[in-house]
Amino acid sequence: MADFPDVRLHVVSGKGGTGKTTVAAALALALASGGRRVLLLEVEGRQGIAQLFDTPPLPYEERKVATAPGGGDVYALAVDPEEALLDYLHMFYRLSPNGVAARALRRAGAIDFATTIAPGMRDVLLTGKMKEAAVRSKDGRHVYDAVVVDAPPTGRVARFLNISEEVSGLAKVGPIKNQSEGVMAVLRSPQTRVHLVTLLEEMPVQETVDAVAELEAIRLPVGGVVVNMVRTPLLSPAHLAAASAGTLDRSAVSAGLSTAGVKADDALVGVLLAEAADHASRVALEERGRDALAGLQRPSYELPLLAEAVDLGGLYELSTMLREQGMA
Amino acid sequence: MSAPRLDVDHTLDTAQILVCCGSGGVGKTTTAASLALRAAERGRRTVVLTIDPARRLAQSMGLTELDNTPRAVPGVDGSLDAMMLDMKRTFDDIVLAHTEPARAQAIFDNPFYQALSSSFAGTQEYMAMEKLGQLKATGTWDLIVVDTPPTRSALDFLDAPERLTTFLDGRMVRILLAPAKAGGKAYFKVVSAGFGLFTSVLTKIIGGETLTDLSNFVAALETMFGGFRERAQATYDLLKAPGTAFVVVAAPERDALREASYFVERLAQERMPLAGLVVNRVHRTAAAQLSADRARAAAERLDDSGGSELTAGLLRVHADRAGVAVREARLQERFSAAHPTVPVVEVAALAGDVHDLDGLREVGADLAGGKAAAVPA
Ligand SMILES: Nc1ncnc2c1ncn2[C@@H]1O[C@H](COP(=O)(O)OP(=O)(O)OP(=O)(O)O)[C@@H](O)[C@H]1O
Ligand SMILES: Nc1ncnc2c1ncn2[C@@H]1O[C@H](COP(=O)(O)OP(=O)(O)OP(=O)(O)O)[C@@H](O)[C@H]1O
Ligand SMILES: [Mg+2]
Ligand SMILES: [Mg+2]
Repeated sequence: MADFPDVRLHVVSGKGGTGKTTVAAALALALASGGRRVLLLEVEGRQGIAQLFDTPPLPYEERKVATAPGGGDVYALAVDPEEALLDYLHMFYRLSPNGVAARALRRAGAIDFATTIAPGMRDVLLTGKMKEAAVRSKDGRHVYDAVVVDAPPTGRVARFLNISEEVSGLAKVGPIKNQSEGVMAVLRSPQTRVHLVTLLEEMPVQETVDAVAELEAIRLPVGGVVVNMVRTPLLSPAHLAAASAGTLDRSAVSAGLSTAGVKADDALVGVLLAEAADHASRVALEERGRDALAGLQRPSYELPLLAEAVDLGGLYELSTMLREQGMA
Repeated sequence: MSAPRLDVDHTLDTAQILVCCGSGGVGKTTTAASLALRAAERGRRTVVLTIDPARRLAQSMGLTELDNTPRAVPGVDGSLDAMMLDMKRTFDDIVLAHTEPARAQAIFDNPFYQALSSSFAGTQEYMAMEKLGQLKATGTWDLIVVDTPPTRSALDFLDAPERLTTFLDGRMVRILLAPAKAGGKAYFKVVSAGFGLFTSVLTKIIGGETLTDLSNFVAALETMFGGFRERAQATYDLLKAPGTAFVVVAAPERDALREASYFVERLAQERMPLAGLVVNRVHRTAAAQLSADRARAAAERLDDSGGSELTAGLLRVHADRAGVAVREARLQERFSAAHPTVPVVEVAALAGDVHDLDGLREVGADLAGGKAAAVPA
């Protein structure tokens, strides 16, 4: 049984470079497996998803990028704020994207203005699209079984999701305000979870802890913590302790090297012991990170560091691990 | 083929402004602080302008007060001042310098100003440049080291001020200003057909009240437009002046080095001087003669023969490390093949974070090729 059976909107955040895009894509594959239909949304306009799935840059159109194990489809969309604005105008004001008014807006730089400068506007549009996709239905059925969002990094995610707050100072009445309230209602509902990706390093762990507090303070539902790029210790606990204390048995190592057919000079043994001490301090750092994360009392999932940058094959591997651990 | 080596000490002894750029999280702040500390300990009166330093690093540099002015860093064998950029305050100061108090207050109270000064992408870069200009103008320091904001792309630092001024100069702004300027008449000169639709759509989208706020804001800022443009231009010119040098920081990873490549090319286009590339957090092994493959094979032999478990473990630790070292070296070679004249220096990955002066000294020594920060003769 998966941990988030009723969640339709999975928002994936984390410190920059920890693997948000990778984990969002793996989660989408995991959720799709067994015949479901999942939409993967990118909101930062970098075409990271297209790169990952090795497809040409995504147009502003939901397009199938992968088939999940056991059937099931992953669709992807890179949400572009400008297109989303025209979408929005079309939906609410029947303003044709190629009509006179839209052209006038564009010429005057209004679109650019609204999407890059008018504060909060961009986020209203992007979160609006997330919500729309999550609740969209056709013939009484949801179009997507789940929507996974490759969201902004932890430093900005609370602000990104808390658009009603952002907008309230600017738009006191009118459609933007109504729209943002509708979005907030979905984001705060049991249909939504914000998952956090982290590494077992000091800064990402700290940012994760801070982000959980920040999200809870604004009543956004935090989901799981995905610990990415985990490395398994290569020495036993006793040897790790001895390595950091500098008490590893030199002669045993020397003898071991000879047995293995490696010429064991003193210099080499010295280097190996020093590298072991480094390894031990990293393992210790990781342990401290794990402890801090355990304090959050959230479901947590671990993904190993793959040998090379993640390609499509690696993505399937990671998605299987997420399934096995119950995230999907 | 190997790249020329970046002579960090020479740069520290001769430059007047050093700008540390690079993509997110590669170590710009750490490098800027290490370079500044080393310069100070080599006898130059130095100031470092940091942007969002990690909490512990800020504390150890005495950056506890957020007053947007440089303060002496305690525990330095030389003269080092440090400050943390307060972007909103820097923006406020510009407004204050260009408008009378009553008008300034109206600007501060406007929600659009609040948003622009605290969250518009680009404001931070613009304000960093602004602050650099101010520090330079005082003539207090021999060397100013500048950190840059955590953006995805290093290029943002060069592009953002342009974006802000383009916005302030833009057509949209002129439209919003028109009623204030000419009692409404100018509308028709500025824009052609479709304008009625335009305002009505805009009013629908953001609401009439908001439109008024916006229009007021733009009108109030207008008095300063000339000021903005000139200042941005002056600072941009400062970046090209003799005595300025860019230090590009990258991690030994594909994406970061690709960003560094773009940045190096852009600097050349703009005729901005590049000191060189810092490859930060590299992994080295002092036993490169034992390759990853051989070490792993040896570990397996020990497993199979029931030999020392400890030795097998150590061989695997070494194999991982040697593998990473080779991979990193390959990525770096690829960069240097494309940019054979760019001087490069490596900084080793330390076991923990860099959060105190000793850590900064260690990075500084690594930057200078392992030498202590001796005062030049
Ligand atoms: N488990 C893993 N094993 C090995 N490499 C990984 C793993 N997860 C992610 N990576 C690699 O790490 C890099 C960063 O991953 P990714 O782009 O997903 O991070 P991100 O958090 O989305 O980054 P950004 O903040 O730039 O958007 C990529 O090169 C990716 O292939
Ligand atoms: N050589 C190094 N060895 C070990 N840790 C390092 C090294 N250089 C930097 N770090 C650590 O890496 C983290 C990121 O460094 P830093 O804050 O300098 O990066 P940055 O480029 O300024 O990041 P941002 O883009 O977020 O501003 C910090 O925790 C820092 O202590
Ligand atoms: Mg990403
Ligand atoms: Mg920084």
